[in-house]
Amino acid sequence: MVNIDIAKEHDIQLITVVGEIDASSSIELDDALRSASDEGSGIIINLEGLDYISSAGLGVFISYIDELKTKKILFILFGMQPAVKEVFDILGLNQIMTIVTDKDEAIKIANEI
Amino acid sequence: MKYNLVIACNKTNLSKIRSFLSEILESHAIMELEAHKMILAVDEICANLIIHSNHCNPTKKIEVLVNIQKTDQIVFIIKDTGISFDFDQYEEPDMTEIISSKRKGGVGLILVKRIMDKIEFSTNKNYNICRLTKKIRS
Repeated sequence: MVNIDIAKEHDIQLITVVGEIDASSSIELDDALRSASDEGSGIIINLEGLDYISSAGLGVFISYIDELKTKKILFILFGMQPAVKEVFDILGLNQIMTIVTDKDEAIKIANEI
Repeated sequence: MKYNLVIACNKTNLSKIRSFLSEILESHAIMELEAHKMILAVDEICANLIIHSNHCNPTKKIEVLVNIQKTDQIVFIIKDTGISFDFDQYEEPDMTEIISSKRKGGVGLILVKRIMDKIEFSTNKNYNICRLTKKIRS
């Protein structure tokens, strides 16, 4: 089960993900990212409440990397719990995606660009 | 100690498999981060079997067995009766290629390979068996 909320803060789409993302719920993350990627200059994702993510959810994030880069839309993830962060690290996504500790750091990066 | 769970091939049952594994690993005092990774690896295999081998057909079943031996390893066995998977033909995809193709799949088995110490697939007359072995660090 996952709960996903999208809020607009200035020109940034803030997506908050709470719960677990697996093969049965990854479609909800995809829907949220699809909607957020169509407007604004940046997407910031709050993962503080994400307890679990499998490859289905990781695959959704990965599938947007190129598109958002092409559209010059900022894409930042923050607040990962250690177990979730380790899964991103295993795939080396920490080298490919912008992953920061908290919202302040994410906003700071967004404001610098 | 041996444990088993039989569930219908429905994606919503993946959370039941994770809860089943979580309780077992917690009862054996497996470190949380290690347990999380093992649960993820088994989840990846089960998701593949449910979706690709059994086409989410709820009349089909998969069985998850956990064998925690006195020695230093845990063995997870997943059995199903769907289309068998030829692991020998599997080539790990390149992450750059996955990103540029924008496809949403392809990283599940990479995770399993990097988490587990041994992965074996076999098929006998009646069912397919996936056997995952993880050494426990003391």
